[in-house]
Amino acid sequence: MRWYWIDRYTEFVRGTRATAVKCISLSEQHMHDHYKYFPIMPHSLVVEGVAQTGGLLINEFNECREKVVLAKLVKAVFNFEAIPGDVLTYRVEVQNISDTGASITATSHVGDKLHGEFEMMFAYLRSGVFADKELFTLEDYKHLLFNFHVYEVGVEADGVTPISLPECFKD
Amino acid sequence: MAISAEIFEKVQETLCEALSVDEDEVTEEATLVGDLGAESIDFLDIVFRLEKAFDIKVERGELFPEDIFTNDLYAQNNRLTAEGLAALRERLPFIDLTEFEKNPVVQEFSSRMTVADMCRFVEFKKS
Repeated sequence: MRWYWIDRYTEFVRGTRATAVKCISLSEQHMHDHYKYFPIMPHSLVVEGVAQTGGLLINEFNECREKVVLAKLVKAVFNFEAIPGDVLTYRVEVQNISDTGASITATSHVGDKLHGEFEMMFAYLRSGVFADKELFTLEDYKHLLFNFHVYEVGVEADGVTPISLPECFKD
Repeated sequence: MAISAEIFEKVQETLCEALSVDEDEVTEEATLVGDLGAESIDFLDIVFRLEKAFDIKVERGELFPEDIFTNDLYAQNNRLTAEGLAALRERLPFIDLTEFEKNPVVQEFSSRMTVADMCRFVEFKKS
């Protein structure tokens, strides 16, 4: 099992913004384990889904050269609980991307109702115990981005030109 | 050198947002790490917010010159050498290094940085 907390991207503008959806199902195990007899989407997993939406956007911008990790949750405000049958829509806007990290703002919606608001920081792991470790193989990344439909909906920062496959995926 | 009230207020607001601290905690003398609880990732957050608040661009290593601290000529046995201190003074003319120079242990540098140092850095960048 992989720790996927989005189902697919519906918008992906390189290094700029992205929209992803998460369909909530009663058959997901955590629905029964988080609060017994009260199935809600745990807020921590919504945060993870937003972080994946933004983290992969930043990672793709860096052509998968960096180990991008969620480093700081600046803000996470929730207005209500999402429940089975809801479709969560995560909208992420990149605020900054530098050569040491990145920051995003994001929202989650159920339909047109504002479910949550977020601010996050991402860091690149380059030193310490992670220096020589691989978080994902390039093959993993490639399939992840394809499975999330990045190359179907993705466009360059101009908002028009279809996104191209990075060189590292072409072998 | 007196710090401009306008810059101090914006830096104060930036630090309150980035570190979730109260306004009255952010005094000129407060250290970012010791008094305000900043961790390493917070410095990147602070830099992003300062860039936006003051319309400046901060290059990597400009505020935290890691290259000096990791250069064998400048840092030996975890302490800055005389050459290292000279390089640091040249790179960061806006920071008062008097206290740090008494015991220039590498790890002590970021923990000694104060709110006033951040304000002087912004003034330096805008000058």
